Amino acid sequence: MIGARALRIEDPVLLRGNGRFAADTVRAGELHMRVVRSPVARGRIVTVDVSRALLLDGVVAAWTHDDIAELPAIGFRLTPRDDLLPYRQPVLARNEVRYVGEPVAVVFARSAYLAEDAADLVELDIEPLSAHLDSDADPVPWVDAEQATWAAGLGRDLPAQDSEATEFTTEYGDVERAFAKAVAAGGPGTHRIVEMDARVGRHSGVPMECRGLCAVYDEAEQLLVVDGAAKVPFWNREAVAAMCGLPPHRVLVRETHVGGGFGPRGELYPEDVLVAVAAMRLRKPIKWIEDRQEHLTTTNHSRDQHHRMRALVRVEDGWIEALDATFALDQGAYVRTHGATVASLTASMLPGPYVIPHFRVVARVRLTNKTPAGTYRSPGRYEGTFARERLVDKIADELGLGRAEVRRTNFIRADQMPYERPIQAMGTHLVHDSGDYALLLDKVSETFDFAGIRAEVERRRAGGEVVGFGFGFFVEKSGIGPVEGARVTVDVAGQVTLTCGASSVGQGVDTVLAQVVAEQLDIGHDSIRVVRGRTDQFEYGRGAFATRLAVMAGSAAANAAENLAQKAKRVAAHQLKVSVEELELRGGSVVVVGRPEEALALGEIAGLLEPIGAGRLKEEPGLSTDGWFRTDHMTYPYGLHAALVRVDRGTGQLHIERFIVGYDVGRALNPTLVEGQIAGGVAQGIGGAVYEEFRYADDGTPTCTTFMDYLVPTLHEIPDVEMLVTEDAPSPINPLGVKGAGEGGTTAVAAAIASAVDDALRIPDAIRSVPIRPAHLRRLLA
Amino acid sequence: MKPSPFEYVAPTSMEEALAVLAGDPDETKVLAGGQSLVPMMNFRLARPERLVDINRIPGIAGTDVVADRLVIRTRTRHLALQNTSLPGPLGHLLRHAAAKVGHLPIRTRGTFGGSLAHCDAASEWCLVASLLDADITAESQARGSRTIAAADFFRSIFTTALEPDEILTSVSLPLLDDSWTAGIAEFARRAGDFGIVTATAAVQVVDGTVTEARVSLGGVGEVPFRSVAAESTMRGEAWTTDLITAAAQAAAEEVDPPSDIHGDAAYRRDLVRALLPRALGRP
Ligand SMILES: Cc1cc2nc3c(=O)[nH]c(=O)nc-3n(C[C@H](O)[C@H](O)[C@H](O)COP(=O)(O)OP(=O)(O)OC[C@H]3O[C@@H](n4cnc5c(N)ncnc54)[C@H](O)[C@@H]3O)c2cc1C
Repeated sequence: MIGARALRIEDPVLLRGNGRFAADTVRAGELHMRVVRSPVARGRIVTVDVSRALLLDGVVAAWTHDDIAELPAIGFRLTPRDDLLPYRQPVLARNEVRYVGEPVAVVFARSAYLAEDAADLVELDIEPLSAHLDSDADPVPWVDAEQATWAAGLGRDLPAQDSEATEFTTEYGDVERAFAKAVAAGGPGTHRIVEMDARVGRHSGVPMECRGLCAVYDEAEQLLVVDGAAKVPFWNREAVAAMCGLPPHRVLVRETHVGGGFGPRGELYPEDVLVAVAAMRLRKPIKWIEDRQEHLTTTNHSRDQHHRMRALVRVEDGWIEALDATFALDQGAYVRTHGATVASLTASMLPGPYVIPHFRVVARVRLTNKTPAGTYRSPGRYEGTFARERLVDKIADELGLGRAEVRRTNFIRADQMPYERPIQAMGTHLVHDSGDYALLLDKVSETFDFAGIRAEVERRRAGGEVVGFGFGFFVEKSGIGPVEGARVTVDVAGQVTLTCGASSVGQGVDTVLAQVVAEQLDIGHDSIRVVRGRTDQFEYGRGAFATRLAVMAGSAAANAAENLAQKAKRVAAHQLKVSVEELELRGGSVVVVGRPEEALALGEIAGLLEPIGAGRLKEEPGLSTDGWFRTDHMTYPYGLHAALVRVDRGTGQLHIERFIVGYDVGRALNPTLVEGQIAGGVAQGIGGAVYEEFRYADDGTPTCTTFMDYLVPTLHEIPDVEMLVTEDAPSPINPLGVKGAGEGGTTAVAAAIASAVDDALRIPDAIRSVPIRPAHLRRLLA
Repeated sequence: MKPSPFEYVAPTSMEEALAVLAGDPDETKVLAGGQSLVPMMNFRLARPERLVDINRIPGIAGTDVVADRLVIRTRTRHLALQNTSLPGPLGHLLRHAAAKVGHLPIRTRGTFGGSLAHCDAASEWCLVASLLDADITAESQARGSRTIAAADFFRSIFTTALEPDEILTSVSLPLLDDSWTAGIAEFARRAGDFGIVTATAAVQVVDGTVTEARVSLGGVGEVPFRSVAAESTMRGEAWTTDLITAAAQAAAEEVDPPSDIHGDAAYRRDLVRALLPRALGRP
């Protein structure tokens, strides 16, 4: 079962249109929430007048910041840093607005139409101030002492803060000495310094389903029920409970179906708090469904980094002795739930697959009057991989070495694994758990005949075409802990239920978890019921992010099923009067090895474990066991992306003709789902490399607020992704040997395409920023 | 993204529709395919008080050949034109232009008349109408029927010669005999997007010499731009690849395109230079 191309158990429901997404929760008497948003990028709030909106028939309430003044700013879920606290976002704007789309007021009405009519009637008097948009510029004053003190919520006075929220250094070795030594050695000697300036534009995950939330306070059960949560329901339960002044056990958060997550969807946003608080205050079901324009202007943006690097390289073979890097991350107007996650991941994953004995990176997180930013599929790695791989290409080009050769020179070798870098990633020690990077490069080059592709490029070039081929290599990370748990239960009918704290953003986690259980119990996966994403069904769950669930929940499910098998065997041994060692699980029964007629079905064992019988057997009642998996370390999958591109000489249009991915996931629990993850990831990577960017006018007005201007690539723009999924380096740190597959489709797309475009243009180092626009290519070709 | 309140009327005859429109012309909008109007209402960029839906009126869709012209009735869907069996260069042009309008679902609803009335400078149908000097017929209750030449019809961005109480009822285009070559080439970032620049061209060649030339460009101004420079470059000259290159160069120099996030003026000129030859079948 593990490793099978098992069909998704989620699909029969979804394909019949029976899914329940956020907007599908409909409750009698529900009120629709509409948020009134700032039309200007920065301004001082003079007045917000909701009185005309309240006069509209069908409008029940309308609030401004004054009405919710007791609510604190929204907290950090990950990578909290004290220096970021003054930049936290209020639920409704307080004194000043800081980006177009910032919630300023909110109305509740009997229909979504009325709510929008009412929102139109809210009068905003905002005195515009000049917007700060350039995260490369020196920091400017950002929040005054009063706002800083309020937003930090530390109970002590803070001074005013500037727009650089944080600056931190991640390093090992001795970069200063390495460079100094090389200079001291002098002359046109053995080493050279190669520099890179690379930018990744502002874009983000755009799930098919926009955000949405429905909440109701159930008076009978004394329970606040919140439907439509995604990604991190357990964390959101704690946060919502705190905001509503309820103990967590009085809040039930339920994940419905989720139409894509990708990082932004499911975090706690101002709107989520408003829905929950309104359900408590107004004692009515509250529903909020985000529209696409709101989504593009208010849900987390991401990326938008500017990297500058200096590498000290050995002339002879391109060995990178030292890397000295800085980058600025354009955080937008507030620091939201992700804290410093993206900056921190960018920094720690920057060296990627290479040894680089001396490394230093200075990260700067800077505020601007744009939509706040957070994580997006492969956060920090997409950006860092682009910058680093561009640098490595440049090193190869400058030294006249092959691009593959320089990578081989610098790879961490298989015999160095596990390889520890003395830095932290997401609060864990960065230890590459396993991997053979050179082997993957060889395998992919052979499987897809890189030499043949090169020859074809030369041939077509001779015919006048502008074609090129390039690749990028990367290391991903997955399986962040600390803990995940699962419970496997078999009822007297022999039916199996897996209950756990995992979440699904549509990735197929139910299927994979069912496969893991099915493997242990030797049954089909599709009869297993998977219960997850409900805070009243399991005690704990960290959520669906950071490509963690196959590793964490998968291992927990394996442990739970293993424990269940043990318990079933103990009972069967007693009943069949044999020893536990003589038993095995076959087709959902415990059978005596070699005597298959002597067997007990799991359902029968469950019957024996009914409370009274269990007492006689000295077992806990019920055939149900828990399993947990804890880890202090992440696993590190790795891969290679390659692209064959053609540029239209006349228009500059970039055609991605082939896209190739080699990825080692340790163990593919379900190869079809791994491939699906990769293909979708590539599409999003291509979006960021070629099409998608949130752009702003000089006054801070966003110019990409619909799908006419924010260009998500479609089926027409994405080539069939060719893949080689390998299992050469199983993870030694979890029972399944698995590494996550969720993000490796995205990581090196920009790097690979940029490399291929350089090659097509025959201009080394031509592409230093993404997205790559046809107008730019046209100019380079002219 | 919900429209502000409006009244909805669905008449079953043109007379009724014109009467509704005459009742309150400034606050009433015609609803055809809804593929432009409805999004604008959802964004609350348009807030008509009343919609008069022409989808239940019989006899206002489809095409007829009348003498040497093709008459396209207003509610003819983009998809019907993509599937037209009309022979010759005009059929070729209509099929190729239609295929570039949005995506399939949009083409099943959007209409030829609606596109002209909406008057987006990048619209394929506005370009075709401009290219072939279409005659555009409109009716009102007060003044009956009148015909407007394409050259007078497209006024500025989203603005035509239609009066608020008028309904566009049909459009006629000249049938092109086989001495003509006509085509369209469009540049968009993604399949189905409005073109950033679109070139349409129709050239009549007799005995190797260009006797008539028409060029209309989209995405270089507020309305379709007839390139007099390109046309006069070609007229009377021998029909060669060099001539087409020269015409494209002349057009690129003549246009004065806008700059926006999809492309600056210099780039749009480059696109004119690249696309005009492609419209005439030369890569
Ligand atoms: C995603 C998307 C992509 C698109 N891409 C393209 C594209 O590439 N190229 C392109 O050309 N179009 C494109 N469109 C627009 C589409 O072609 C529309 O169908 C067209 O612009 C308008 O036609 P309609 O019948 O839908 O008109 P409607 O939306 O119903 O009306 C548009 C306007 O015209 C008026 N109107 C309509 N019919 C009449 C009439 N008979 N008399 C008087 N006034 C009338 C209406 O009152 C309204 O003001 C796209 C639309 C979408 C949603």
